[in-house]
Amino acid sequence: MRLLNKESVEDIAIGAAILGTGGGGDPYIGKIMAMNAIEEEGPITLLDPSEVPDDALIIPTAMMGAPTVLVEKIPRGDEILEALRALERRFGKKAYATISCEAGGVNSTVPLAVAARLHIPVVDADGMGRAFPEIQMVTFHLHGITASPMAMADEKGNAVLIEAIDNYWVERISRAVTVVMGGSAMIALYPMTGAQVKEAAIPRTITLAEQLGRTVREAREKKKDPIKEVLKIVNGFELFKGKIVDVQRRTVAGFARGEARLEGIDEYKGDELIIRFQNENLVAIRNGRIIASVPDLITVLEIETGLPITTEGLKYGYRAVVVGIPCHPKWRTPEGLETVGPKYFGYDIEYVPIEERMRGYT
Amino acid sequence: MSLRIGIDVGGTHTDAVILDKDNKLVAAYKTPTTPDVTTGIINALNGVLRESGVDPSEIRAAMLGTTHCTNAIVERKRLTKVGVLRLGKPATLAVKPLTTFPEDLRKVIGNVWRIIPGGHEYDGREISPLDEGEVEKFAEEAVKQGVEAIAICGVFSPVNPDHEKRAYEILAEKLGSRIPITLSHEIGSIGLIERENAAILNAAVVKVAESAIDAFVKAMKEAGIEKAKLYLTQNDGTLMSVEYAKRYPIRTIASGPTNSIRGAAFLTGLTDGVVVDIGGTTTLVGMIVKGFPRESAIAVEIGGVRTNFRMPDLISIGCGGGSLVKVLDGGIEIGPESVGYELTTKGIAWGGDTLTTTDIALAGGYAKIDDPRINLDRLKHLDPDLVSKAIAKIIERVEGCIDKIKTSPEPVPVVLVGGGGIILPPYYYDKLKGVSKVIRPEHFQYANAIGAAIAQVSGEIDRVFSLERMSRDEAIKTAKEMAINEAIKAGAKPDTVEVVDIEEIPLAYLPGNAVRIRVKACGKLII
Repeated sequence: MRLLNKESVEDIAIGAAILGTGGGGDPYIGKIMAMNAIEEEGPITLLDPSEVPDDALIIPTAMMGAPTVLVEKIPRGDEILEALRALERRFGKKAYATISCEAGGVNSTVPLAVAARLHIPVVDADGMGRAFPEIQMVTFHLHGITASPMAMADEKGNAVLIEAIDNYWVERISRAVTVVMGGSAMIALYPMTGAQVKEAAIPRTITLAEQLGRTVREAREKKKDPIKEVLKIVNGFELFKGKIVDVQRRTVAGFARGEARLEGIDEYKGDELIIRFQNENLVAIRNGRIIASVPDLITVLEIETGLPITTEGLKYGYRAVVVGIPCHPKWRTPEGLETVGPKYFGYDIEYVPIEERMRGYT
Repeated sequence: MSLRIGIDVGGTHTDAVILDKDNKLVAAYKTPTTPDVTTGIINALNGVLRESGVDPSEIRAAMLGTTHCTNAIVERKRLTKVGVLRLGKPATLAVKPLTTFPEDLRKVIGNVWRIIPGGHEYDGREISPLDEGEVEKFAEEAVKQGVEAIAICGVFSPVNPDHEKRAYEILAEKLGSRIPITLSHEIGSIGLIERENAAILNAAVVKVAESAIDAFVKAMKEAGIEKAKLYLTQNDGTLMSVEYAKRYPIRTIASGPTNSIRGAAFLTGLTDGVVVDIGGTTTLVGMIVKGFPRESAIAVEIGGVRTNFRMPDLISIGCGGGSLVKVLDGGIEIGPESVGYELTTKGIAWGGDTLTTTDIALAGGYAKIDDPRINLDRLKHLDPDLVSKAIAKIIERVEGCIDKIKTSPEPVPVVLVGGGGIILPPYYYDKLKGVSKVIRPEHFQYANAIGAAIAQVSGEIDRVFSLERMSRDEAIKTAKEMAINEAIKAGAKPDTVEVVDIEEIPLAYLPGNAVRIRVKACGKLII
C-alpha cells in the first residue's frame, strides 16, 4: 500500500498516454479532476492486488464515449460516484475499492478521482494494460467475468442499470445509452471480488504508468534521452526512428481509421514504416513486413521530448520514435486473440509476439 | 488616389508603410518605439507621410499590429478584474473556472465566478434551460465584487451560442455598457476549459487594448489622417474593426509573427511556401498556405494558461545572427545564448571576445556588413575547420526547421527575412534540403508593417454538426456558407470571398453521427 499525491497523478497521466498507444482519450480532464479531489480530500491509497481481501467487492469505474465530448461537457464530478453507488445498491454492499478498466488514456485517471472522493483505495491494476475501444476488450472478460450489472450515469442525475445476456450486448446497449446521454457517460461495470482481481486483472499498471511518466518528466528536466529509459521499463523495442511524411484518415462507423507513413532517419535511413490505426495504433509495417501488431502496444513518441503522439495528433513533419511494447500474456491466449487480435480489427494476419518478430532485427 | 497605411508597434521599433491601391509600396519609415506608444506611432506616421509627400486625406485605411495584449498577460500588468459566468450546470462542476490559472495571474484577475444552469449537448440539445434569475444574481455579485469585465462561457456554445447570447443581453441590460462582456463562442473552439480560459484572458486585457486603440486613434488624428477607416490585425492575418478589436483584443496576441509571415509572402508574391525569419537571437519558421500562416492544431499556453486559441504554427529555435558558437566535445554548438543587440561590441569582428554566428559568416567570406568598426583581420586566427563546421551546423539547424514545418515531401520555396539572415550562406541556397528556391526580398525589414497593410477580412466557424438530420455534404455546405457570410459581415467584398480552409474532425468512439467542421473564408477589404 502507498499514497498517491498530485505529482503522482501528473506522472500517471503522461504514462497513461504512452500506454494509450495513440488512443484512449487525453487524460487531461481526468487528471484535473483527480488533482482537485486530492487537494480537497487528501492523497489516494493505492493497493497492490496482493493486498486486496479475496471476498472484497471491487467495482471498476470509467468514462465511456467520445473524449471530444468529455473535454467540452466536463462532468459534474459525482455522476461517476452515482454509477458506483448504483452497483453498490444492487449488491447491498459497499465497494471495498475501485480499479481501472483501461490503464491507457483518460480511464487511468478517472478511478483515481473516485478513490479520492470516496476515501476508498484504488487497486494497482487494470483490465487492458493499454487502451482498447470496446467494453468486452478487457482481461476480466477473458476470465468469464460479466460486465453487467453495469451502471451508467450522466450529470443530470439519470442512471441506467444494464443487465445483458453477454458482454457484447453490454457494449451495444451502453453505446446507445451514451449517445442519448450526450456522447459521454460515467460508468461502473465488471463488479468482481478481490479473488477475481488477483486472477483476471493485469497487475501494477498504475505504478507502471507513474514510472513511465516520471521517467519522461525527469529526462526532460535533465535534457536526456527519455526513450531509452522508457524502453527499459517496459521491455520494449525501438521499432523505427523517422519523420512522418504522410497521414491519411477516414471515418468508419464512429472510428477514426487511417494510416501514417514514416521515412527513416539515422540508422533507419532509406527505410519506411507504415502504422495503421483505428483510434489506437494497430499494426506497424517496416519495408512491407509486419513488425508489430495488436494486441502488442505500438506507441509513437516525439523524438526530443519522449511525449506520446495520439493518432489524432499525427501530422506531417513530426520526428518520432515508434516503440513496440509486449502486451500482457493474457492477451496472447486463444481467447485473448479472439477478443483483441489482428483479426478482430479486420486484419487477416496471424499474431506473432513482438519479441519473435524483432528477433530477426536485433 | 486611395492609399493604405500599415503600422507595426514592436518592442524596439515602430514601423509605418504606405501602400497604394495596387499594393505597391509608396514609402516606409522606421522609428524607435516610445513608452507611451502614441508618440512612437505619431513619429512613424509623420515620417512616412513626409517621406512620401502624400496628402494625409488620401489615406483611406490604416492597419495596426500591436503586441500590447501579449505583453500585458506575460508581465501580469494592467489586467482587469474578471467575473466568469459559466453556463452548464449540472455539468462541468468537476473543474471550476480559473482553477488551471497560475496563482500570480489569479491574484490579478480575481476569483469571481458562478456556474449556472444552461449550455448544450454536442448535437445542440439543451443540457438545461438557461436560468435567467441566476444570470441576474451574477450581475449583482459582479457589481458587489468590483468586477471590471465579464467572460461568459457555455458548454458547446460553438455548436449553439443561444444561451451565451441571451445571458449577454441580460447582463448588458443590468450593467449597461461600462462593463465589457466577452462571449466564449466568438473566440475559441471545442474544449471548454481552454475556450473559457481564452475568454477570461480576453476580458482581462480589454482595458489595455482600449487604451492602446485609443492611442492609435488619437495618433491618426494628430497626424491629420481623418478619412481613414481604422483596423487592427489579428492572429490569422486578417483584420478587425476598432470596435470589434476593443471587444476581442486577445485576437491580436500573435499578430506580430503573423504579419511578418504575411508580409514576407506578399513581398515575394508567394502563396504557398515557408518563411524563415532569422533575427538576432532566434529563427522563426512558419508556413504560408494560400497566403495565410498555417495555424497550430495543439493547445497553446499564453502566460502559463492553457487555451485553444488559434495561433500560427511556428517553430522557433535559438539560432540567430548574435548566437554564440561554442566547441563542445569536438562538436559545434550554436545558441541558444545570444549577444543580441550587443553584437557590435562583443562580436570578434568588432573587437570583442565572443564568437558569434555573424563572425562565422564574415570569416566564411559570404556575408558583407557595411560597418567601419569591423576589422576582418580579427577573424584570421579562426581555425578554417571550425568555421566550415559551424557553417554546416547553421545550415543543418535551419534545414531542420524547414523540414519540420513542411506539410508535404515536395521541395518548397523559402522566403528569407530578418537581419540575421546573412548567416545563411547564399552559395548554399540552391543546395538546401527540401527547398526549391530561396528568395530574399527587397524591403524585408518592413515585412511586419507591410503584412498589416495588406491584411484581408475573414469569417470563420467551428461547429459540431449532428449528421442525423443532414448528410455530411450538407453539413460542409452549411459550414461554408456560414463562414462566407461571416466574412461579408466583417467587411469583405462579397465577390472576392473564398473559402481558404476546411477541416473535418470526426468524434471518435461515437457511432458516426457527429462531425466537427472548421471553415475559414477570406476576402478583400472594401475601401
